[in-house]
Amino acid sequence: MAAITITVNGAIHTIDLDPTTPLLYALSDDLKLRGPKFGCGLGQCGSCTVIINGQAVRSCITPVQAVNGATITTLEGIGTPEKPHPLQQAFIDEQAAQCGFCLNAVIMTAKAFLDKNPEPTDAQLQQALSNVLCRCFVHVRMFRAIQKAAKEMAR
Amino acid sequence: MSGATSTRVDAKVEMTRDARTAFEQSVVSRRGFLKASGMLTVGFCCWSAASSVDPVFAQFGVGTAEGSLAPNRVDSWIAVAADGMVTGYTGKQELGQGIVTAQTQLVAEELCVPLAHVTIVAADTARTVDEGYTSGSQSHPTNFNHANLAQAAATARQTLIQLATQHLGVPSSQLTARDGTVIVTGNPSKKISYGELVGGKKFTLTLDPNAPRKSFDQWTILGKPVPRVDIPALAMGTFEFVHNVNLPGMLHGKVVRPPFVGATVGSVDESSVAGMPGLIKVVIKKNFVGVVAERPWQTIQAANRLKVNWNSSVGLTKQAEYYESLRKQSPSRDAFLINSGDVDQALASAATVLKATYFHPFQMHGSMGSSCAVADVSSGKATIWSATQGVWQQRGSAAILLGMNPEDVHVIFTRGSGCYGHNGADTVSYDAALLSHAVGKPVRVQLSRKDEMAWENYGNAYVMDCRAGLDARGNITAWDHETWSPVLGNRPGENRPGNVITGFLAGFEPEPFRAQTPPSQPRGFNNGSNAIPSYVAGCVDDRCGGAGSIRSERVLTHNVVSPFWTGPLRSPSRLQNTFAHECFMDEIAAHIKADPVALRLKYLTNQRVVGVLQAAVHAAGWDARPSSKPQRSAGVVTGRGVSCVAYEGANGYSAMVVEAEVDTASGVVAVKRIVVAVDCGPISNPDGLKNQ
Repeated sequence: MAAITITVNGAIHTIDLDPTTPLLYALSDDLKLRGPKFGCGLGQCGSCTVIINGQAVRSCITPVQAVNGATITTLEGIGTPEKPHPLQQAFIDEQAAQCGFCLNAVIMTAKAFLDKNPEPTDAQLQQALSNVLCRCFVHVRMFRAIQKAAKEMAR
Repeated sequence: MSGATSTRVDAKVEMTRDARTAFEQSVVSRRGFLKASGMLTVGFCCWSAASSVDPVFAQFGVGTAEGSLAPNRVDSWIAVAADGMVTGYTGKQELGQGIVTAQTQLVAEELCVPLAHVTIVAADTARTVDEGYTSGSQSHPTNFNHANLAQAAATARQTLIQLATQHLGVPSSQLTARDGTVIVTGNPSKKISYGELVGGKKFTLTLDPNAPRKSFDQWTILGKPVPRVDIPALAMGTFEFVHNVNLPGMLHGKVVRPPFVGATVGSVDESSVAGMPGLIKVVIKKNFVGVVAERPWQTIQAANRLKVNWNSSVGLTKQAEYYESLRKQSPSRDAFLINSGDVDQALASAATVLKATYFHPFQMHGSMGSSCAVADVSSGKATIWSATQGVWQQRGSAAILLGMNPEDVHVIFTRGSGCYGHNGADTVSYDAALLSHAVGKPVRVQLSRKDEMAWENYGNAYVMDCRAGLDARGNITAWDHETWSPVLGNRPGENRPGNVITGFLAGFEPEPFRAQTPPSQPRGFNNGSNAIPSYVAGCVDDRCGGAGSIRSERVLTHNVVSPFWTGPLRSPSRLQNTFAHECFMDEIAAHIKADPVALRLKYLTNQRVVGVLQAAVHAAGWDARPSSKPQRSAGVVTGRGVSCVAYEGANGYSAMVVEAEVDTASGVVAVKRIVVAVDCGPISNPDGLKNQ
């Protein structure tokens, strides 16, 4: 066991746990966050994505010891019900979900990308999201929502 | 309690479920109520003039399953709180298909309240009526018909208007229900709200099958595109999936599944995990093995390290030979779904016989999040938070698994990742229940991707042989369809925990395979599996239920035993059969150089199938010509496809046109455009339908 300190959505937490524990478990089990989710546990689907230092990181395969001291943002941390992030608002406006389990993956991956690439081409956006999985097949609506949010974010 | 006009009751001890429903809605949140002690006391009266004890009410608590709420009671479906907020109780739950939003619309529409005033509680064995599984596209037909949620709301509206006559001093004919109030028609200042009329009280009413329902042209909320009620929380990351259920003192479990099909436990070396941090217990029940630990990561590590000696088993057929092996497998369950008796003769006399064989592999549900459940089994009671499609069925089967009485098992539907049929939701619920039972504390289990993908109930594999007889002019004279599909287990129902892997490992047998040779004969037209193509007449004993005109027709199905677990996955069998029928129709069209749409229309007689086909073709700008068109054979080439179906024979109609590109160098197929036409009857939420 080891004391790991992380800043999550602006709050500092010190957690005592096995340092090899994947970050996802610290976030969902210790901090009870609902944004990052266990999808495959293999870093393949993106459900567990969080943002660290501007990078989209797959928390299910990231040991907490690798992010000790890091500042982490989760889906809950990018907007509030009163002031949703433009991506969150666009997903609501475009009704871009069926089961909604993958929304964390899509929104967080898109945010990390758009923050660095404010005016992407469609092809760049598709490439950025090509390793994020949605099984309900909401791709068309999601893509529309991201395009809409990109314009809003670039303003 | 009785139907006396004014009674004080102890909330915990004496309230019936429906009374509690009204009480909880009016006073405190349900969860808050459950946390509260039995000290709470509330007074309420039953307003109904006819509130002497109603024989149906006296039986309250006995519905379609033991312990179910009575489906013919308004209070089983609708509760109006003191502030006028409405709760609809339903057995049909959200799987990502939007049905909770549609039911919210339904209640708001029939009860005449704003959409935002309605909350839906779905699929909880202690709180909702047993409406069976949420499956098979049956949620709309069930709750929009004249016996369930819609009729309860209509009955409630009718009653509210009648009650208002006393307050407003005018006959009901001069009253209108609107936005949660009853107003005097033409004089909206004279009004009384639902909250004032019944808020927090029971209706104590039987569903009135004659309570007037709104007709389509009166709809103001149904039939309009309505945003899904759950999407804001999903987008904000605050939505509670079953994966997020967290109970005080909750432990974490992990199953150790066999390494191969048919393996049994030889021995378990518990010393291999002795002293591991957080480990609570190694649980063994026959061939079911699992570990419980304090934290998820500890559980995973312990499960990985646990040394289990598995006895080997019979091997599997080689994959390359598997499909062909199905044709020869015995025992077999054979059935003619249609047999005009003259197909062999018609094929023998045909100018040309076309043949094709189509294969469909076992397919996983592959939900984005692997299945998860939380169970609390202690003190002779079990509560299971499960993403099952059938809380009532799970209650019964989990009771058998645990050796408990069904009335001591409470299953609460809690949404999981996208459900496309019978995924791992039931089996992981059993995992959590067995592990919790063993440690007497709440246990959460989330399957690993491997646990789920290796052992879930796959969608059915199929081999489908199609044959058609053509005369010299290219007319189709006979259609023959024969299929082989392996099966093992299924949904557990109320009494077959062995139909999924956990129950089987724990010592329960799956439903026995029922052999049938020679094939059974059809008893009436039934196209529930869409094995009967749309182009045949579907005649059984001179009654023809098919969607087409071909009279020489035969459909023969064979089920054999599967080595893998199987169960429903998105249009089970219907998808496989329709794929074969529609591909084969294209083969016939290509052979006789006919336009594939024109050829379909030539043999279709069902006007709703014709309607969707023509609509899709029109919207797609279909170029009427034989497929495929002459084009270069290198580089990127284009293609198109068309299909249509009367789903389950008469449960929705759809047609699709697809345009695709194939890179001949790489073989990569890119779907460029899909046009879909659907005739599904009245549409609750057009945007929900489009989203689906």
